Amino acid sequence: MMTYEFLQHYWCFVVALLAALLVFLMFVQGANSQIFELGKTADERRLLINSTGRKWEFTFTTLVTFGGAFFASYPLFYSTSFGGAYWLWMLILFSFVLQAVSYEFQNKLGNLLGTKTFQVFLVLNGILGPVLLGGAVATFFTGSNFIVERDNIINEATPIVSRWANASHGLDALLDVWNVVFGLAVLFLARLLGNLYTYNNIEDAVLARRNLSALWKNTAVFLVLFLAFFFHIMTKDGFAYDSATGIVSMEPEKYFHNLFGSVPMLAMFLLGVIAVLLGVVGTYGWKSKDGTAFRGGIWLAGIGTVMVVVSLLLTTAYFNTCYYPSNADLQSSLTMQNSCSSEFTLRTMFYVSLLVPFVLAYIWYAWRKMDQKRLTHAEVQDHESEAY
Amino acid sequence: MENELFTIDSSMVDWSRAQFALTAIYHWLFVPLTLGLAVIMGIMETIYYRTGRDFWKQTAQFWQRLFGINFAMGVATGIILEFEFGTNWSNYSFLVGDVFGAPLAIEGIVAFFMESTFVAVMFFGWKKVSRGFHLASTWLTGLGATISAWWILVANSWMQYPVGQEFNLDTMRNEMVSFVDVALSPVAIDKFCHTVISAWVLGAVFTVGVSAWYLLKKRDVEFARKSMCIGAIVGLVASVLAAATGHHSAYTVGQTQPMKLAAMEALYNGGKDQSLTVFAAVNPFQQPDWQNEEEAPARLAVPYALSFLATNDFHGYVPGINDIINGYEKENGETEIPLSEKITRGNAAITAMRAYREAKRDGREQELEILSSEFQENMPWMGYAYVDEPEQVVPFIPVCFWAFRIMVGGGCLFILLFMVVLYSLTPNPSPSGEGSSRFRHLIKTFWFKTKYIFTLGKVTTPLSTRREAGGEAIPRWLLHAALWCIPVAYIVSESGWLVAEFGRQPWTIQDMLPTWVGVSALPTSSVMITFFLFLVLFTTMLAVEISIMCKQIKRGPNL
Repeated sequence: MMTYEFLQHYWCFVVALLAALLVFLMFVQGANSQIFELGKTADERRLLINSTGRKWEFTFTTLVTFGGAFFASYPLFYSTSFGGAYWLWMLILFSFVLQAVSYEFQNKLGNLLGTKTFQVFLVLNGILGPVLLGGAVATFFTGSNFIVERDNIINEATPIVSRWANASHGLDALLDVWNVVFGLAVLFLARLLGNLYTYNNIEDAVLARRNLSALWKNTAVFLVLFLAFFFHIMTKDGFAYDSATGIVSMEPEKYFHNLFGSVPMLAMFLLGVIAVLLGVVGTYGWKSKDGTAFRGGIWLAGIGTVMVVVSLLLTTAYFNTCYYPSNADLQSSLTMQNSCSSEFTLRTMFYVSLLVPFVLAYIWYAWRKMDQKRLTHAEVQDHESEAY
Repeated sequence: MENELFTIDSSMVDWSRAQFALTAIYHWLFVPLTLGLAVIMGIMETIYYRTGRDFWKQTAQFWQRLFGINFAMGVATGIILEFEFGTNWSNYSFLVGDVFGAPLAIEGIVAFFMESTFVAVMFFGWKKVSRGFHLASTWLTGLGATISAWWILVANSWMQYPVGQEFNLDTMRNEMVSFVDVALSPVAIDKFCHTVISAWVLGAVFTVGVSAWYLLKKRDVEFARKSMCIGAIVGLVASVLAAATGHHSAYTVGQTQPMKLAAMEALYNGGKDQSLTVFAAVNPFQQPDWQNEEEAPARLAVPYALSFLATNDFHGYVPGINDIINGYEKENGETEIPLSEKITRGNAAITAMRAYREAKRDGREQELEILSSEFQENMPWMGYAYVDEPEQVVPFIPVCFWAFRIMVGGGCLFILLFMVVLYSLTPNPSPSGEGSSRFRHLIKTFWFKTKYIFTLGKVTTPLSTRREAGGEAIPRWLLHAALWCIPVAYIVSESGWLVAEFGRQPWTIQDMLPTWVGVSALPTSSVMITFFLFLVLFTTMLAVEISIMCKQIKRGPNL
């Protein structure tokens, strides 16, 4: 049952799921990118920041776990992408470092840089985080410029296995228009999720009205960008490989065939799209059982986001596809087969991953306990609330 | 690093090392306080849970506030560390990711989510969850941080003492063959115990020092005395345990990384019946002439103590740097081969590896088994293929030597501090009757104070009902000393990191991978820029954190 091939597919799914959860949890970044648009007064901004401030650790932890899981299951990707696309990843990390301290420091006595500086840091992370992470993920479809040569270990000229093929070290990803389009699509997805989350989490009529006003605009921009990228990848050639020989070649409409050729994958994708749209539309049109406005759009859109991202990421890796293709040397492209850890490690990690449902259960329980009542101005201003 | 196999710019290796060291040193400024305060505030909240006194709630909340300010920086620097394995040490990540990645992934799944879930409940949940659930969240936050420490130290220990893996010639990397060997290696257990317990010491010094400040200012006296009492009890227990685990760690280092121990001791020429250096005039800025000097100048030493530390036998054999370079006979009769032989065997491993890859490429299947066994025979010394000179395998002795002394000296100082603080803080027994001997009175005092301490200083009793003397009973010089011990504790803590990490140079993985083969192929300028960006960023944030922390302390617990 647990063959090496199964474990490779399993870990690919786990990494894709973590990436999808990360995209969903970037509602934190999405809301932060709109601090000054939604919050016109200091109190409103504080309310917004305290709302996302109770969830930012989840986003951060998911990013770290995503990195750890990728490292453990696909170490060649970790070394090639992080060591090669150095500047791209460093910019992402810088933006997340700024975020980590901004919540705690921004409103404290003795803050040498002032409240506004840290709020600007949150906005910076809110924009750069999704755009750059989205751009990095888009290279799974568009390719990157690296060369992998395992025999370099015994090469007297250089013992380094992975190299970037140009001097930009990852910034070249941002020169590809489709990477930027996808990065922006992720940003606007995060923004609409941020609107849905704060609409759900905060009890404030003014902020609710502004959220509803921003939601449709963010959704419209997201749909345009996402559909453009989607049609591009569905019609472009994909990076395929022969599982017997490992030889990589270009295959016309590879991603289209991957997605539409697999019923479970297509179903997951379509259900996800419908859930995202229902989450947005329902927020405007539906009523809750008690007759109040429907505020659960974040959950529908969140689940939908996870499903769409998982299905899209799996189309880059399943069905004999190179998930991290190289434009510099096609045969250096990374596949599930040639870049994964040993069977022993994947199996060991499989047993560890059985803890994940338990982890999700206590997160759900704690989240539910903490969010039983919506956040109010009164709670944030209560000195005992330890608010940011 | 002038190896013919090496064409990467050597300054890039140095900058990569500097960047990683910078991040790790900053990270280690925040983590010990997180681990230490977690225990102390957990105890305080437990008392609140048991007594229901609002005083303890506010006391716990005060320390949790400081915990939170510190926690954010720990998280921020931690994420950089994880990703720097990929960004700056990509060859390392490829060669050992199969083994090394697993603990990092487990850390994320098991520890980080626990920490991040319950830290939010701890800070914001006082009015949202029950007292029991809140208490559990506080302890689970600390437990999450401690489990995180376990897995990252497992990963670090594997670099110092690689076990449970084999090099696969087909995939050209190390692969895990025993998870238990990796997760429960003796080095990992020692390292975890010593590191986490020493973090409790730092947390305790911080608590005692901050409390001392309040007593010096004659404000929040009850809060300060009780916090100080809990801090000192935790600190005393932890510092004694740190000494015990430290001894065991030194023994393990002696067995697994003799060069590190020799550098820690500036022991150039070893032998039996070795004495432990208390002081020697080792120039802090210059590598000593270990090849020609007999021993470090002006050496003051405790006879036989090093032999005992390294072998648990006062007459045990401890190799010096020259012994390790030239080869020596171990206690068990085995011979440690000289460096020249290790280099020869390392080259033989690389030659066999090359031949194996060529045979595989050419389809000469019948040769593979022989070449593979030839490689595996020489694999333990593979890293020496990248070494030319003896100087390359000797760590920078002054850092190891002085950092070790600061660490041990600081540890002894803290034991003394906690004992004196507890002595001053605890009440004296009622005077003995006439005719009672001085010795009997001493025993009675000792017993009375010990009992007091083991009942947690009767901390649950309000101050006014106690018969103790009050804050004035603690001498001001002691309060000043406790306050000044806070920066000392940080220096001591960082010294521990320096001993562990400088002492294993030049190895990224002991005997297998020198630093200059583990790096990423990057231009030096890129790493230089990011180094300075991190330096400015971390230093600015540290300044903000210290400023906020001081303001919070000045503001006090609002009792």
